[in-house]
Amino acid sequence: MTRLRVFRGTKTGGELHDYDVAAAEGMVVLDAVHAIQAEQAPDLAVRWNCKAGKCGSCSAEINGKPRLMCMTRMSDYAPGETITIMPMKAFPLIKDLVTDVSWNYEVNKRIPAFQPRKPDAPDGTWRMYQFEIERPQEFRKCIECFLCQDVCHVLRTHEKHEQFMGPAMLVRAAVYEMHPLDTADRREHLRHEGGIGYCNITKCCTEVCPESITITDNAIIPLKERVVDASYDPVAALWRKITG
Amino acid sequence: MPDIRSLDYDVIVIGAGGAGLRAAIEASAQKAKVALVCKSLLGKAHTVMAEGGAAAALGNVMSEDNWRVHFRDTMRGGKMHNNWRMAQIHAQEAPDRINELEAWGALFDRTPDGRINQRPFGGHTYSRLAHVGDRTGLEMIRVLQDKGVHSGIDVHMECTIVRLFVVGGQIAGALGYFRETGRFVLFRSGAIVLATGGIGKAWQITSNSWEYTGDGHALAYDAGAELIDMEFVQFHPTGMVWPPSVRGILVTEGVRGEGGVLKNTQGERFMFRYMPDMFKGDYADTEAEADAWVKGDRKQNRRPPELLTRDVVAKAIVKEIAEGRGTEHGGVILDIASKQNADYIRKKLPSMYHQFKELAHVDITKDPMEIGPTTHYVMGGVKVDAETQESTVPGLYAAGEVGGGMHGANRLGGNSLSDLLVFGRRAGQSAASRRGSAPAIPDAEVEQAIREALAPFEREGENPFAVQAALQKVMQRDAGIIRDQRGLENALAELEKLKGRARTVGVTGSREYNPGWHTAIDLGSLLVVAEASARAALERTESRGAHTRSDYPDSDEKQARAQVVIKKAGDGMVVRREAQPPIPADLLTLIKEGA
Repeated sequence: MTRLRVFRGTKTGGELHDYDVAAAEGMVVLDAVHAIQAEQAPDLAVRWNCKAGKCGSCSAEINGKPRLMCMTRMSDYAPGETITIMPMKAFPLIKDLVTDVSWNYEVNKRIPAFQPRKPDAPDGTWRMYQFEIERPQEFRKCIECFLCQDVCHVLRTHEKHEQFMGPAMLVRAAVYEMHPLDTADRREHLRHEGGIGYCNITKCCTEVCPESITITDNAIIPLKERVVDASYDPVAALWRKITG
Repeated sequence: MPDIRSLDYDVIVIGAGGAGLRAAIEASAQKAKVALVCKSLLGKAHTVMAEGGAAAALGNVMSEDNWRVHFRDTMRGGKMHNNWRMAQIHAQEAPDRINELEAWGALFDRTPDGRINQRPFGGHTYSRLAHVGDRTGLEMIRVLQDKGVHSGIDVHMECTIVRLFVVGGQIAGALGYFRETGRFVLFRSGAIVLATGGIGKAWQITSNSWEYTGDGHALAYDAGAELIDMEFVQFHPTGMVWPPSVRGILVTEGVRGEGGVLKNTQGERFMFRYMPDMFKGDYADTEAEADAWVKGDRKQNRRPPELLTRDVVAKAIVKEIAEGRGTEHGGVILDIASKQNADYIRKKLPSMYHQFKELAHVDITKDPMEIGPTTHYVMGGVKVDAETQESTVPGLYAAGEVGGGMHGANRLGGNSLSDLLVFGRRAGQSAASRRGSAPAIPDAEVEQAIREALAPFEREGENPFAVQAALQKVMQRDAGIIRDQRGLENALAELEKLKGRARTVGVTGSREYNPGWHTAIDLGSLLVVAEASARAALERTESRGAHTRSDYPDSDEKQARAQVVIKKAGDGMVVRREAQPPIPADLLTLIKEGA
């Protein structure tokens, strides 16, 4: 038997409940939560879909660490250790382990859309080379689990949701910014509405990413450089003045 | 009028995987006011799990490819049972749909000359699958998602539809509830597109998520639409088997596409022994020839037999295990470590590498994988018109997995991702063209549907999870890969008992995000699709594609074009056989003699 301590509650409050679950070989934390649902608490709310680390639905804080429940094995914990599962802290609670992540979708909607250059070939297709797309392909691995948003202190501690889009959405913008075919300019958006300046590169986001995306080094820092170049490069500023 | 929110739209799309998103984008492009209703959060639908790629005869890797070869492969893979017109439209339009995704921002892997790369896959004559490593579905859904949110579509997330309303013989709207609040919502529209995916949650060992309870199939059935081909359920040859908690999780066919081989515990590459007559001559005879093909010499050599169609490979694996050449956990060996180097494997199959490493502590660049069949996809579905995707209920459309006909008796890997683009677009187009005021839905019908949905709260009955588990067990045992009359009759008798139990399930707690309640509601859909599948399987007295009867082990050519049709009559399910339209002579010649 393994003891799980699971947060139960709603917007108005809640507390930790203990459940004992029979551990089977290879079991992951999500299996244990399902076992609780099936046998002890059918109304225990949890969000999940693929149970294979591909959809990013079952994010939670397991013994204080933001993780996917489906990719966390029970055997990662010492025998007899109580496993505590809390909902993500950076988002409003709906119920039990489920949080309201709709804010992320709103932020994403406002990122300027992809605009491809004119097709390269008469048949309307483009030519891109593998080396050119490695970087944006890395960002496209994002499964939108929002664990990076959850761990980011700008959102988690300082609650700057109004001013800062967070690492996940910076990664989202970076896909298009570094897309070889894209012609749109998102620098103003990143600087003002996106609040990219709030990120002070603590790399917590990179550490929790279940897809091992190097969020800070490969997405955020290059985006910061682009934004800074656009805003403070005196030559570029002069050029903009001349050309309007 | 019951006191619930009510919303009016030109088109309602139920389901936000590839087909639903593509339909919504198209309807919106036709200036329709569109609602996209999804059971989960946007971007989490089952499409996200598709790994290997999307089949389209782009001819980027092997220029010999064209729609005719793709059509022929699809018909042969479907064992000649497919709706030929759908298979033709699919093969002809898939390349445009893939190129269109690139215009919307998709980043497919590239060929050395900068085009979309294509990989070989089971049953496809040429390298045909546009892909992104082994996470093609994720790429597709993200691209469609971003295109969708910039197209002015209203997205209603975590909203489950429980009833369709048909008034005066045509579709009039849908009733749903939001998971977060448990509150109901009435969508009013004269055009509804079902894009709800499949039914795989009716089996115990499955690669499908909790959502796959056959909601669209059941909603359409209850609305009076016809279902076809429900006996054809694809069991994917390669699911994980160990440890128990991961049993059923998909292992992409891409592993075999990239050179992975299947072995029994005697170390034998057994697929050479399972060559069906239909494919003799198309596949390698020797390991040396197969290996040379994998190394890239594809003109002089033929494909490895591991790339036979899924029905053939799954049955071969079942036979090897039944005859005692399986592993102790009830699987066989899939080995790529001895065929490709570690860097190549990590580059081409990153999620497989990650999945085995994290969940099974197996390093696939060094060690073999243990795999066995897992419930994956239903070929059957709502009967639709090939051109418009309209069902037999006016105003109700179906696209993607919930639609029937395209894949016949067995789907080729990669044909699903292209199917949902091709027919999602067509469904969206047809639905948008139907615009106009929807007939009014009588209040009493809405009130009745709400009462039925809330009934489990009134009872102190059985736990719905227990009934769901019992149903999965019955289907796994009696309506699995190998069926016979006795098992299927037993399944139907058991399902009858389960219907009774489902009527008495009770739930506790509030209506807010209550999985017990959600499961109680989904049970209704599961029971419809399980019964439909078992009844259709009993009716088809032959083995064809994914449908294997141990009491009728051979294919019966007289039944090749016979279709089992299921329809609701009163409270019962009526099963009948119907002859499909004959395949036109020129296409028949093409299939028989090659393109």
